[in-house]
Amino acid sequence: MPLTKRIIPCLDIKNGRTVKGVNFVNLRDAGDPVELAKLYSENGADELVFLDISATEEKRKTLANLVLKVAEAINIPFTVGGGISSVQDVAVLLNNGADKVSINSAAVKNPTLINNLVAKFGTQCIVVAIDAKNINGEWIVHLVGGKVPTQLNLFDWAKEVAARGAGEILFTAMDNDGTKAGFANEALAKLSALVNIPVIASGGAGSIQHFSDTFTVGNADAALAASVFHFKEIEISELKKELEKQGVPVRI
Amino acid sequence: MNVVIIDYGAGNIKSIQFALKRLGYQGVLTSDETEIRTADYVVFPGVGEASSAMEKLRESGLDTLIPTLTQPVLGICLGMQLMCTTSEEGSTKGLGIFEVDVVKFSSVKKIPQIGWNTIENLKGNLFTDVSEKEYIYMVHSYYAPVCKETIATTDYSITYSAALQKDNFYGVQFHPEKSSAIGEVILKNFLNLNSSFEGDMGIVNPELT
Repeated sequence: MPLTKRIIPCLDIKNGRTVKGVNFVNLRDAGDPVELAKLYSENGADELVFLDISATEEKRKTLANLVLKVAEAINIPFTVGGGISSVQDVAVLLNNGADKVSINSAAVKNPTLINNLVAKFGTQCIVVAIDAKNINGEWIVHLVGGKVPTQLNLFDWAKEVAARGAGEILFTAMDNDGTKAGFANEALAKLSALVNIPVIASGGAGSIQHFSDTFTVGNADAALAASVFHFKEIEISELKKELEKQGVPVRI
Repeated sequence: MNVVIIDYGAGNIKSIQFALKRLGYQGVLTSDETEIRTADYVVFPGVGEASSAMEKLRESGLDTLIPTLTQPVLGICLGMQLMCTTSEEGSTKGLGIFEVDVVKFSSVKKIPQIGWNTIENLKGNLFTDVSEKEYIYMVHSYYAPVCKETIATTDYSITYSAALQKDNFYGVQFHPEKSSAIGEVILKNFLNLNSSFEGDMGIVNPELT
């Protein structure tokens, strides 16, 4: 039996509640994070990601508290991200029961943060999230929820992130995010071939076939989605049954 | 019943505490020798890097205490790896309980292995009510090869030890506290082992060695 492909519902958190934006704007409330986490865990999610999109200093305590409640409620692994910028931030989240943390802007601003986190907490719990947009054929890394472009090329940055010891890359294709038109499989396949750490596909999930494609065409190790799960457009149990039927290894 | 979790500053303890709590037990976090020695069950967790974790054990004298424990001890993930003879990670000398050298995955593209894989060739009471090929959650770059102490195996391009046992010492490479319902069955089985330790000793797997 091979290692299975992972299905990861993502819960965007603002002020302790789950939200999901279409292209990161027009936020809609989709429920209580702890209840949702339990539900997904029971319905066969392999892992969960919590992204605090409102992470500011005063919100950090709220997030740490939420992490503790989630860890108490579920028995599958989960990752926490959003505004994490220091070793201390990571220590608080891991000590409250998060299995992994994901860092994004802070890693771009200070790449040695990746090395420092890996040295202190280990490769296995450091996920680097990369948001990128295809601009005139080149994938450009963006910051602040996709608002601010950088000079970095997705593939160069991904290679550097892996070389600095990150355990996983969470790649969000900004153009696909919220469109429900499928994952950015071409870029994903290139990324997956380029780095020797697992790649999580994010952005564009709209149908069961999209998941299948991102595993078979995009060679993703895991696929992340939000709205399609939150609004019950796709049930995880049905998704996995169909993936299994198509020969994709999944945990059922 | 008294369950302790060995505290040496190594990673995610909360998940294990919460998993024990869901089973109705309070896992006491401690580095106190007497408290550990007198506990009914000892959980030895660990995430992170082997040589620095081993250094922390040495600083607190836990490296000499752990191998002398006589109640059931469960090493999880890095905890299991540290119970082996050596680890390739940081050229680390381990506790020498399991006679096997931990090495890095080399014949596979994606390292670490992250996610759900299956356990098979299950032996002994730790796997009571657990079927072959159940899914468990793994996160690791290093592994213990199959050896005489192997009580479960997993495939990740090669077949390696998903669990080890020698006398009262158990080690699991996967995270039972994160392996959904089946992980809780395995933790429960551990906490059902006879705490004075009779019974499940001397298991050998001739077909695996």
